[in-house]
Amino acid sequence: MASAPHTEPRIIGPGHTFATVTDKIASLVLQKKTPLGWFVGFAVAFGLLQLLLVSVALLLARGVGIWGLNIPVGWAFAIINFVWWIGIGHAGTLISAILLLLRQQWRTSINRFAEAMTLFAVACAGLFPIIHMGRPWVGAYWLLPYPNTMGIWPNFRSPLIWDVFAVSTYATVSALFWFVGLIPDLATLRDRATNKFVKILYGMGAMGWRGSARHWNNYEMAYLILAGLSTPLVVSVHTVVSFDFAVANLPGWHATIFPPYFVAGAIYAGFAMVLTLAIPLRKFYGLEDFITDKHLENMGKVLLATSLIVVYGYTMEAFMAWYSGSTFERFMIWNRMFGSYGWTYWVLLFCNLLTPQLMWFKRFRTRAGWLFAVAMVVNVGMWLERFVIVVTSLHRDFLPSSWGMYSPTFWDWATFLGTIGLFLTLFFLFIRFLPAISIFEMRTIVPEARLEEERT
Amino acid sequence: MSQDPIPAVPVTFEGVVRRPGGPGRRRYWKSLEELADSPGFLEFLHREFPEQASSFDDPKGRRDFLSLMGASLALAGLTACTKQPTERILPYVRQPEQLVPGRPLHFATAVAHDGYARGILVESHEGRPTKVEGNPDHPQSLGATDVFGQAHVLGLYDPDRSKNVLYLGQDRTWGAFREALREVLDKQKRPGGAGVRFLTGRVTSPTLAAQREALRGELPEARWVSWEPADRDNVREGARLAFGEVVEPQYRFENADVVLSLEADFVTSHPASLRLVREYAGRRKVDVEKPEMNRLYVVEGSPTPTGASADHRLALRSSAVEGFARAVAAGVGVEIEGGVDHDWVAPLVEDLKRAGARALVLAGETQPPAVHAIAHAMNEALGTVGTTVVYTEPAETAGDLSLGELVDEMKDGQIEVLVVAGANPVYAAPADLGFAEALEKVPLRIHHGLSVDETAVLCQWHLPAAHPLESWSDARAACGTVTLVQPLIAPLYGGLSTHELLAAFIEDSEPKGYDILRGHWMEVLGDDDAFEARWSRALHDGVVAGTVFPEKTVAVRPGEWTRVAGEGTSGLEIAFRTDPGVYDGRFANLGWLQELPRPLTKLTWDNAALMSPKTAERLGGFRVEETGAGHVTEVVELRYRGHSVKAPVWILPGHPDDAVTVHLGFGRSRAGRVGDGVGFDAYALRTSDAPWFGGGLEVERTGETALMACTQDHWTIENTAHEAAADRHLVRSATLDEVQADPHVFEHGAHEPEPGLSMHPDHEYPDRAWGMAIDMSACVGCNACVTACQSENNVAVVGKDQVGRGREMHWIRVDRYYEGPPESPETFHQPVVCMQCEQAPCEVVCPVAATVHSDEGLNDMVYNRCVGTRYCSNNCPYKVRRFNFFLYQDWDTPTFKMMRNPEVTVRSRGVMEKCTYCVQRISRARIDAKNENREIRDGEIQTACEGACPAQAIVFGDVNDPESRVSKLKASPRNYGLLAELQTRPRTTYLAAVRNPNPAIPSARREEHHG
Repeated sequence: MASAPHTEPRIIGPGHTFATVTDKIASLVLQKKTPLGWFVGFAVAFGLLQLLLVSVALLLARGVGIWGLNIPVGWAFAIINFVWWIGIGHAGTLISAILLLLRQQWRTSINRFAEAMTLFAVACAGLFPIIHMGRPWVGAYWLLPYPNTMGIWPNFRSPLIWDVFAVSTYATVSALFWFVGLIPDLATLRDRATNKFVKILYGMGAMGWRGSARHWNNYEMAYLILAGLSTPLVVSVHTVVSFDFAVANLPGWHATIFPPYFVAGAIYAGFAMVLTLAIPLRKFYGLEDFITDKHLENMGKVLLATSLIVVYGYTMEAFMAWYSGSTFERFMIWNRMFGSYGWTYWVLLFCNLLTPQLMWFKRFRTRAGWLFAVAMVVNVGMWLERFVIVVTSLHRDFLPSSWGMYSPTFWDWATFLGTIGLFLTLFFLFIRFLPAISIFEMRTIVPEARLEEERT
Repeated sequence: MSQDPIPAVPVTFEGVVRRPGGPGRRRYWKSLEELADSPGFLEFLHREFPEQASSFDDPKGRRDFLSLMGASLALAGLTACTKQPTERILPYVRQPEQLVPGRPLHFATAVAHDGYARGILVESHEGRPTKVEGNPDHPQSLGATDVFGQAHVLGLYDPDRSKNVLYLGQDRTWGAFREALREVLDKQKRPGGAGVRFLTGRVTSPTLAAQREALRGELPEARWVSWEPADRDNVREGARLAFGEVVEPQYRFENADVVLSLEADFVTSHPASLRLVREYAGRRKVDVEKPEMNRLYVVEGSPTPTGASADHRLALRSSAVEGFARAVAAGVGVEIEGGVDHDWVAPLVEDLKRAGARALVLAGETQPPAVHAIAHAMNEALGTVGTTVVYTEPAETAGDLSLGELVDEMKDGQIEVLVVAGANPVYAAPADLGFAEALEKVPLRIHHGLSVDETAVLCQWHLPAAHPLESWSDARAACGTVTLVQPLIAPLYGGLSTHELLAAFIEDSEPKGYDILRGHWMEVLGDDDAFEARWSRALHDGVVAGTVFPEKTVAVRPGEWTRVAGEGTSGLEIAFRTDPGVYDGRFANLGWLQELPRPLTKLTWDNAALMSPKTAERLGGFRVEETGAGHVTEVVELRYRGHSVKAPVWILPGHPDDAVTVHLGFGRSRAGRVGDGVGFDAYALRTSDAPWFGGGLEVERTGETALMACTQDHWTIENTAHEAAADRHLVRSATLDEVQADPHVFEHGAHEPEPGLSMHPDHEYPDRAWGMAIDMSACVGCNACVTACQSENNVAVVGKDQVGRGREMHWIRVDRYYEGPPESPETFHQPVVCMQCEQAPCEVVCPVAATVHSDEGLNDMVYNRCVGTRYCSNNCPYKVRRFNFFLYQDWDTPTFKMMRNPEVTVRSRGVMEKCTYCVQRISRARIDAKNENREIRDGEIQTACEGACPAQAIVFGDVNDPESRVSKLKASPRNYGLLAELQTRPRTTYLAAVRNPNPAIPSARREEHHG
């Protein structure tokens, strides 16, 4: 195949047919014995999930004081983690929706688990604004707009209320999108399952899918509409999240560049996470034919492009601080670089500015090992970016008399690691019980499908 | 615990209803058990309640309390849970005559601080005292209070107060004590009471003095020791040295143009500090149209708020103050030797001479008698006597013996009965006396006090004392004015006052404090028809008319002190000072005071070895490091005269080099749950011959570190903070000369936006718009506002760990800013309350509208709507918002429930809170005005901080009214808004500080600005 000069860059391994694709992906769920590695990974993830439960239980019992928060640092890990997770989610939506609309066929093999990643990341992200109040029960009572006898509505001027809508919409649409995309594959699994119980379960999920032309027609329409709905969300959700900061008057938060800079950062972080998941996945499940080097290379390119936008954001923050002539802004950027948390800024630049530059070189873009390393560095870098924005801005604000320091406590870390546990647990369950790669969409890109087209 | 079943005697309502006093006699009843004193009921109570409270052997003491409370609640609903004293007490005039539920009454009384009366008005809600205000009619209070005055409410309700008479740790009754006492006294009477000694704090009570005389009749050989850890012996001896007799100098700051303080910290530790601050600050509220003000020079060995507010502050080691004083004295014409010259002396002398009779020199109680004599001589030479200082007799009744003499007697075994009342010598006596060991040689030791303290545990008998808010007494202020102390509440735990205790030594009957007091004043005021009126008037006003001491004429007599200078100290010097929070340790169990950020160090819950940056560098390069859990500092061992303690190092700008200051009052072992083990015990180093400073201190590094809870940035690690503060024009100041040259000097470099730039529409205030102006020229940083706010607004105490993490809850804080070099910085205090911004950043970002703008311009908090996102705090440029990270309020301790202001929500966990300009007081005034169909008068509403401020630096009022005091202040060119360039349009504004330095004295500031 590689010798064929006119073929498009390879996004599926050689020799695959409709049947092999279906066999290969369905067998991960249905036939094959669960590998030992899965159990080991799941056990670790599940253990971390238990840590989350303990952390949250303690939090609800005692209050947010178990974290390292204080005045002036009223937001810290919870908000950092919220932004981090929700940013990660963005890549999934981008891959599923925007790349679908742009007819990027290489998205096909990664969209399913990227969407799952989105969903799980949003679940983790959504947890934080709720628990960071310490008393979520009152939050639901006052934050959700509903007609009530008190005649009181939420304050619609507050970006946090916009967050409520943005994140809940995002979660809903992402879940729908993911589930609708799953329906044909659930039907395939139903049809191939031998165990009656499993058949019934998948059958319920498949919602009576029989693969008729009408089904396919409805499906395509629904999927396209959802893709259309999701597309603005890719931009809007992180824009709204950035408003949490940009609307405030705090130096380091109050910046008009935040919305695009946050969206780019989200996609950047999201692709890093997709790579973090895809590389081990294809290795352990032998999916090199479906998630090819071409995929990895493309994602490397996206990483590079978005990193440049993010770095532009960093540059503009520093430039505007200088250009504004505001003593507060200038101090803020000085403090970021040389203050008590100065090291985080330099590590951040190493992670998000220097490391992605490797992606200029094809040999790094096409080597799974290198890509994985870069992706991990970017994951850390994007977390640090939020740390720099949230904590470093808050701890040295307007009045020096109120300045303070923030040190995360054990429970700060436990909650964060716990959500990683939640994320991985869900992801392990997902790759075990659902097709991690879209079977029917993969079938559209095997040579058989293409040959048909060429013949007509 | 074996408990008998409750006796079958029915407790009936008839029992209660049938017995409301005998015929023809009005009987006031305190509580149901008294009202229904049927034998069965008493038996029931006896079995169930206090007598057996010991069987509830709960170290926490809550159950004891509950059972006591239970006694009065036994037939719940028929009685309030508190008891008014049975005698008639009179409400203050500005309150209506009758008690209206929900309306507090104010009663005039006094609390003695170190024996000296501070006149107060106590707010009482349905019989529960909840808040202390200053008594405007009292000459030494003038309506203000200090931090200690405010905290007496907490002291009253302190759950760690002792609740029972104890003998060897076992519960006894008062009856048992009286019986035991009678036996002992019978034995002691034969030798005339030669083996009996009384040890108390400073006594200014005329009634107690009279009782002492009466006691002399019973036990002529008994002796009285009046002792305070923070004594004023130097003041007394200084007067004796100069005049040959003991007199009390009474300063008149309102007449003083030039003041030289020789280590006199009149802001925080002077018997008349409230009045002195009022007069001093009154001369510093500069009107830029007619600029004039006083000038204060302070020479001191340890930074104090007085020095911080001075125009010139010279950091000299305490031992060097005398040489300086001698040089100045020689300059102003006193014949004296031993002066040590200094750059300052010539210009200072010239300034003092120019002021002449309007100059004033005062010496602090930490300086040796000679310095006091020198100060007296200078005043005489300058002709200030009669203008800025007058002399009167001292208010205190001197004791018969000194503490040292008493200890010698005790060691010799001469003492058989020692009564310690209201003093804690085991903790606070000088280390070289060995008081505790001497105490064990006394066969019978009786302790009378508010709690079972270090001294109580070494005494056989402990008798619970009644709190000043629970007892009848009287006390003199430093100027002589007597205040009758009337109780606001019957003793919570059946404690007796010192008068009642002493009566037990004098007579067999058991007179009540009320009768003792009234009896004494009948003798004084005359037992005629007019007595009742005079008595009522005195109770009502809070002062007994005509008790001010007359002026005395005295003349300075030269003596040895003019020729022989005191010996200097060698090596590293240690200075002992009382703590600005817990004082000498007596307030160690009061969380409000432990958690009070100390005026200059901003430390809470700790004392430290304070030293200058240079000394810290020289002694071992000590550093203080800021972390999210607190400030980490090194622990050193302080060795001094054979004693040693471990103390954390704290670096304090403006501290003289080669000296270390330690604050007394910490390291207590039996203070209670709050105060035990907080800080280190500096008394362990203090010796009787050098109570305030001495040379020969050794400092050794231990390698240990300590975590400190400091509420503000620390100089040495955050130099950037000081640069940033200057860049941001947070503190505006100018010298008097600059103001005279240009009244608008304060606007230089400021960035005030034009009005009308905002895109948001303006709020409209048809009626009133509240605002506040804080005069930084007047503020002395004494912290009275902080405690007053804490008391008024039910502000929680969070503890050291939480303060270290930056979670203190104070609604008002006093920011301290330095300017200039760390050796001799200028210090400014800036009290920060909520700015109640016109365009409030907090309001916009709250998702649930829990902080909203009121139609009178306040930034209201709706606590029950707050969900705790903390976004408002992040967006508050002033960081005045406070968050309940945990459930900080003690919701269980019953006494704290009684203590709280019922008009202010007790905030729960997860809720943001902040200053609301005491909105409950605004509401009360609004309702009053409406009822009386009038406008709210200017000055009718005083916020808690404003009311407490001795300097009257805080003014609150309606900015819609151009004639209001606050409007006039805001019209001053000195007025500016903090961070006004952010367009928040704060309603709290500041009046820039004006300092009045002597142009002839070089200062770092001048060089920096003009050099």
